[in-house]
Amino acid sequence: MTHSHVTTTINGDTVDYLCDAEETLLDVLRDRLGMTGAKEGCGTGDCGACTVEMDGRIVCSCLVLGAEADGRSIRTIEGMAKGEELHPLQRHFLEGAALQCGICTPGILVAARALLEKNPNPSETEIRYWLAGNLCRCTGYDKIIRAVQNAAAEMRGESNAA
Amino acid sequence: MPLDHNPDKKDFKVVGHVKTRPDGVDKVTGRAKFGADMFAPGMLHAKILRSPHAHARIKSIDTSKAEALPGVKAVVTAADFPDNPDLLANEELVNIRYNVMARGKVLYDGHAVAAVAAVNPRVARQALKLIEVDYEVLPHVVDVELAMAPGAPILHEDLRTNGEGDEPTNVARTIEIGHGDIDAGFKEADFIVERTFTAGAAHQGYIEPHACLANVSGDGSGEIWCCTQGHFMVRDFCAQICGMEVSKLRVTASEIGGGFGGKTTIFIEPVALALSRKTGRPVKLVMTRDEVFRATGPTASSSTHIKMGCTKDGVITAAYAELHYQGGAFPGAPSDMGAMTAFACYQPKAVKALGWDVVTNRPKQAAYRAPGAPMAAFAVESVVSELAAKIGMDPIDFRLKNAATSGSRSSYGPTYSDIGLVETLEAAKAHPNYSIPLGPNQGRGVASGFWFNFGGQTAVSLNVNIDGSVALSVGTPDIGGSRASMCAMAAEELGIPYENVQTIIADTGSLGYNDVTDGSRVTFASGLATIEAARNAKKVLCARAAKIWGIPEDAVKWEDGCAIPAGPNAGEFPPLSIKELAAQAGETGGPIAGHYEISADGAGPSFATHIVDAEVDRETGRITILRYLIVQDAGKAVSPTYVEGQMQGGAVQGIGWALNEEYIYNDKGLLENPGFLDYRIPVASDLPMIDTQIVEVPNPGHPYGVRGVGETSIVPPLGAVANAVAAATGTRPQELPVSPPRLLKLMKDQPLAAE
Amino acid sequence: MRFESPATVAEAVTLLNEATGTVYPMAGGTDLLVRLRSGFVEPDLIVDLKRIDALHMIVQEADGLRVGAAVPSAELNEHADALAGWPGVCEATGLIGSTQVQGRCTMVGNLCNASPAADSVPALVAAGAIARVVGPNGTRDVPVEEIPTAPGRTSLKKGEIIESVLLPTKPAHSGEAYLRFIPRTEMDIAVVGVGISLTLDDSGICTDARVGLGAVAATVLLVEDAAKALIGTKVDDAALDALAAACSAAASPINDKRGTIEFRVEIAGTLARRAAKIALARAQQN
Repeated sequence: MTHSHVTTTINGDTVDYLCDAEETLLDVLRDRLGMTGAKEGCGTGDCGACTVEMDGRIVCSCLVLGAEADGRSIRTIEGMAKGEELHPLQRHFLEGAALQCGICTPGILVAARALLEKNPNPSETEIRYWLAGNLCRCTGYDKIIRAVQNAAAEMRGESNAA
Repeated sequence: MPLDHNPDKKDFKVVGHVKTRPDGVDKVTGRAKFGADMFAPGMLHAKILRSPHAHARIKSIDTSKAEALPGVKAVVTAADFPDNPDLLANEELVNIRYNVMARGKVLYDGHAVAAVAAVNPRVARQALKLIEVDYEVLPHVVDVELAMAPGAPILHEDLRTNGEGDEPTNVARTIEIGHGDIDAGFKEADFIVERTFTAGAAHQGYIEPHACLANVSGDGSGEIWCCTQGHFMVRDFCAQICGMEVSKLRVTASEIGGGFGGKTTIFIEPVALALSRKTGRPVKLVMTRDEVFRATGPTASSSTHIKMGCTKDGVITAAYAELHYQGGAFPGAPSDMGAMTAFACYQPKAVKALGWDVVTNRPKQAAYRAPGAPMAAFAVESVVSELAAKIGMDPIDFRLKNAATSGSRSSYGPTYSDIGLVETLEAAKAHPNYSIPLGPNQGRGVASGFWFNFGGQTAVSLNVNIDGSVALSVGTPDIGGSRASMCAMAAEELGIPYENVQTIIADTGSLGYNDVTDGSRVTFASGLATIEAARNAKKVLCARAAKIWGIPEDAVKWEDGCAIPAGPNAGEFPPLSIKELAAQAGETGGPIAGHYEISADGAGPSFATHIVDAEVDRETGRITILRYLIVQDAGKAVSPTYVEGQMQGGAVQGIGWALNEEYIYNDKGLLENPGFLDYRIPVASDLPMIDTQIVEVPNPGHPYGVRGVGETSIVPPLGAVANAVAAATGTRPQELPVSPPRLLKLMKDQPLAAE
Repeated sequence: MRFESPATVAEAVTLLNEATGTVYPMAGGTDLLVRLRSGFVEPDLIVDLKRIDALHMIVQEADGLRVGAAVPSAELNEHADALAGWPGVCEATGLIGSTQVQGRCTMVGNLCNASPAADSVPALVAAGAIARVVGPNGTRDVPVEEIPTAPGRTSLKKGEIIESVLLPTKPAHSGEAYLRFIPRTEMDIAVVGVGISLTLDDSGICTDARVGLGAVAATVLLVEDAAKALIGTKVDDAALDALAAACSAAASPINDKRGTIEFRVEIAGTLARRAAKIALARAQQN
């Protein structure tokens, strides 16, 4: 078979698709499912702009074949806000000017959410190393790190998220 | 009409307090549409075949096998971009066409040779392998000094230096700037430092590869959707290269995933257009990362010779520079900018700077944040710090003693208006970072930087909606949050809340011509035009109120979002809000709008001073940035957090250039590192927090005192890092990036040289 | 191209053995998919090993810890026994790529990719790890240093895969460490990588040592002379100097975009010295 029929879960919804064997999960998300939140910055796993979560671990969707997603559970940027309500990370990125052009932002948000779900109180160093695979060329990372710290503080229930 | 400049305006209600940007929610939820995010029914996918050689004659191209592959709809080569009179009259455009698709010879590894449109990317990729190109490989040159040497391989047989002479050459242009008696200046000097510095070619490294979607209709009209810093530029260049009337092409700028100057020209757009015209279907073309590195526009690489002298009291008496810049396969290396900016921070009595613009077998350089300036500043700031050390003066004091000031003559000619270099130096000196004690193998580096900032052609249109909200159309793509600043300036001027203004980047069919987003010009020029457009709208609003009240137009003034009688003689009328006036627009004369067109002048230069602390691992040559401070003059910071972001981003790009980023070529002239794996831009774990301090010396050329802030911040870091390394190791890096192998070798060759 | 994801090792071996054309087994895929996308490889068949439950196990056996071929690096680095017993192997495997890559890449994939700069391999060599190879002709155990034969090439025969790697249990007072040099702090390929494992006797004399050296030759090296420099010493400065000299002497690198010959030779010694100190400290605590 050169085409695979895949049934997977994306942001909680069951999704079926056909894909060519060499298509990546990123190709499938963008070109077949119209989910363009994940971006292709390099296609080689070096930039992190295509980051999604698969079965609880973040991955570069450019380094996953579409066919591999069968039976998995995928979370993407499109599922991060609950309707109109932004995730605290999204809100702190906005308020803290943690994005400029915004191309790396979806990947960084997905990666940062996975970090905070695993470690609600990461140190600056832990955040920096966790996000080392998410390149940002605009910000110099400063405001990104601060936004993650502030979102983490808010999610821990600490009132002073400054 | 003279502009009502009021740079001393202080009572800002919106400007300076911007919180969230209009495009923000879409960008944190994944909804924002970037270049590659657009799809069209029946769309084809295109791929480009690129040269595997640095320099070769194309003897033949056979596309027949590719065309026969099922799913392939069209193949184009240079033959599909024929001559036309408008094109041939414009040498720059002829070169752009050659860069877009090689004709006769390929000039660099990655030069486009042919392109395919097919039903999906996989078929298109397969088809590329079926195109047969017969090359005659020619000798190549990628190094600037080798390209200038006698007997160097020649890229363009018809190129002459400054258009003069008989012999073919790779030196496209030379430039000389300066004033004063340079020899006398050096005679006056007690100390002279003379050194040669080199800097590698860096790439802008935007995370979004170039992408476009072209759609040509059967009637010959077309549309392009693309990520660009200037969609009017894309329209004009593409129309002329493809032989279309400009009015028949409409270009829409997508959200742009970084540009930094690299998206101020075209690469793939005419190719997609030609393929769409040939197939009658929409064609999408997205570069791979490999293509971005091999075939877009990195910076020039440079070799810079500096000689500076000062008295024992610390007065710079003479400053001399020779700047050799290679800018890839076509003329345009910004050695002129390098020459003009090199000494712009100082007031040497005598100054002379010579620039060479050299072509080599590399991709044609494109603008990168303050193009030409960082590598010149690296050399000059290194020598300035060395001079300060020689006379035992604090490096900031030395800079203060020689700093360009308001009203002083710039090293490149004009007299400065109000500028803020001294303020940045004083703030840097007073900052706590400057007095933190350093440990072993740690060093502190200081450097200042300058950028002109540009104005340029700008058109803005502002429409008052039926509910009193405002729709603002600008024509300069938003590469760093400028829509927020436009909203703020329109709201400030109209006296309405920030949230009541929506700014869009209008397509080329909806607005007058706008220059590309470059030269840190948008917040200045589009901002200026926005303010003036709002003022024009206010005049209309006041006229409508006058009509309603039955009083003369000059008896009405605008205050806090309302028309009110201008004085007691005008009569007693309750204020008419923008909302009330908008609701009645149909009865009072029709839609209410303001627009403004200008070729903006008076951008006002921006200066910055950076302080960096670095630690060197003496056993490996690895450099760690411990802390970093940026002090920069923003004139007036419309959106302070975004200004900080510009400062931080630029500085980190400079840090990358200083430490690890460079184009690496092998002996065949092929690029060895066309990917983010080995073209090493800084990652989050490489850096500390980047401290910032905004200084505000209002720009007299802008109604609110605004200066561009986007570019200056990449100018000082190269020199600042080099100075920190020199302080930490006692050896001075003269070759950037100062990668670990280079620094380790340097420390061995010159162990603890005195400085 | 075909994509298959068999449920058992036997099926995988059959698929790989019977296929014609270019065939690749895939574990994490973080190297293979890069090469696929760039057109360096054009496989006719990819056999995904991640649906094989047996390959996901980390099992304590009598003589060591057995790590399955499909165990992602992130999982290995969450395994308490692995972290406690083989910190060098874990830190080496944990250095491969980004957090995103860690969720996919595997130690066995890293080994079979046969890059001389593979991070986990010098540590595996130092740890004396044994690869279990399964193929059409049965099963065999092979020291990991015998798997890569040249850049991108392995000693595996058609139809063979590595099912698991055994990390042999260490004697008391043993310690191991891995260090690599990269220009940045993350996301780079090792310019030099050094894995060291050593064992002390009760008096603190080194009785056994293994040194694996990466990115300085066509394959990862097991440097016997470097081990000899440590054995019989207290891993003092003189021994460390001898170790560094042996590592530098063993290095025969190339000039490339990641480093010069001169630099790599010197850094091989520098890193060996530093890694040995960490391994020593760990041995002293065990």
